[in-house]
Amino acid sequence: MTEPSTSHELEARGIVLSYGDNVVLDKLSLSLDTTRLTGLIGPNGAGKSTLFSVLSGFMKSQAGDVVYLGQTLGRMPPEQRARLGLMRTFQVPREFRHLTVLENMLAAPWDQPGESLTALLLRRSAVRRSEQAHIEQANEWLRFLRLDHVASTPAGQLSGGQKKLLELGRILMLKPRCVLLDEPYAGVNPVLIEQISERIRELHARGIGFVIVEHNLHALSRLVDRMLVLDGGRLLAEGTPGEVLADPRVQAAYMGA
Amino acid sequence: MEAYLLAVLITALAYVLLTLGLNFQYGFTGLINFGYVGFFALGAYASAICTVRMGWPAWSGFALGMVVPFLLAWPLGRVALKLRDDYLAIVTLGFSEIVRLAIINEKALTNGGQGIAGVPKLFGGDGAGLLGDLWLAAALLAACVLVAGVIRAIVKSPYGRLIQAIRDDETALLALGKNPARFKTQVLMLGGGIAGLAGSFYAHYVGYVTPDQFLPIVTFQVWMAMIMGGVGRLRGAVAGAFLLLLVLEGSRAARDLFPGIPEVAMSSVRLAVIGAALILFIRFRPQGLWGAPRD
Repeated sequence: MTEPSTSHELEARGIVLSYGDNVVLDKLSLSLDTTRLTGLIGPNGAGKSTLFSVLSGFMKSQAGDVVYLGQTLGRMPPEQRARLGLMRTFQVPREFRHLTVLENMLAAPWDQPGESLTALLLRRSAVRRSEQAHIEQANEWLRFLRLDHVASTPAGQLSGGQKKLLELGRILMLKPRCVLLDEPYAGVNPVLIEQISERIRELHARGIGFVIVEHNLHALSRLVDRMLVLDGGRLLAEGTPGEVLADPRVQAAYMGA
Repeated sequence: MEAYLLAVLITALAYVLLTLGLNFQYGFTGLINFGYVGFFALGAYASAICTVRMGWPAWSGFALGMVVPFLLAWPLGRVALKLRDDYLAIVTLGFSEIVRLAIINEKALTNGGQGIAGVPKLFGGDGAGLLGDLWLAAALLAACVLVAGVIRAIVKSPYGRLIQAIRDDETALLALGKNPARFKTQVLMLGGGIAGLAGSFYAHYVGYVTPDQFLPIVTFQVWMAMIMGGVGRLRGAVAGAFLLLLVLEGSRAARDLFPGIPEVAMSSVRLAVIGAALILFIRFRPQGLWGAPRD
């Protein structure tokens, strides 16, 4: 039954994850095109965030596998998955709260010479050069995300929406291929919601794919071109936002019927 | 009186050094090390064994006193850092007790429970008295300044940014494709080396080492100094260590005011006073003496 995956797909194949009797993901199989803007919706407890955790390697499923760009990920730990360009944000933002916004951005790049104690002693000019390059890159992204005016603020003092943007900004320092965004609009005021959507569209135009878990269906349906619906740990429906939201099964799931 | 003040000063400076090292581990990296005294003990015994039993010069004891805890922290880190955060606390606590029990049982090397006496004075030989101790205090002060300078330089570097990111949110770092294990092990090793250095100074000042100088209570006193001074504040390490000594010694002086209380009861009172101070600090000034109010 399993078809060969095309090069830009992220697939879940028969994922099972349960806590005792509570089955969160029930032999879930689905395929996501990592070059598109895809919405992942479903009522509370449908397994959306859990699926994100399995895809990104933070949770181990009891059965099934994740295939990314034709590669079976198996038990690959999260930090290695991120290095393949598959990155995620969290439902509750995980900023480095005592570091400034700029420092949060600078903590992201991989293999910095300044993060080696011997290089700090022996290769000081290399440390300075890479630091300078990262600062320029970080400032550019902060301007893009409209966070440049809070660059020197401790990240813990940002608003919820700003923290979400910062989390995205840190990832952008790493040139991601596909970003799993967990509730980018939650706790964000309407003006900022439109701004976040705008930034995502622009990043997509630059070649980054997004899979977005979100409860704000109105804002989400205007952003994505494809939607998948989870219910009870299974795939309930998929299609364009219009098709999916008109589907009586989806409406029933949301009504709790 | 001068001798007493000098003794208090030297003890306080040794605590400053320990507090700096623990602050590097907990204040900046978030590592919960409840076995800090184990690294301190390794340094003290390295110096005692090198100078008394081997007859080697003092510098060899200082060198081994830093290198041995530094190296022993490596396997400890490899094992413990794979576990969840709070397990590091338990594993390190166990480590320090293993060190102490090993010292008691390895009689050939450590002279067991009786300890090793006759650790030579660092300066001017055994006859030098106060002047020698004064020099030792100066050397210890220089070590504190040097260690504080090195930690400060590290914290301000990209390396320091990364360890603080580990402290703030390790999961976020994993999501960014970075593995914190290497950094945590290195911090555990460096902090261990600092504790060992303090141990070498301590052995040369006190002149003898026994296993019961290295009970877990020492670890917790260093934690108190760090919390009272300010977690993640280098100047706080100084303030906290001196405040700790003030409480410890002040409660000793209080015995003269209440002559009816026996010594055993008084040492319990001291512990109670320290505990109360700690609770008051956490309740009313969680950022410590030197910390800026956070958030």
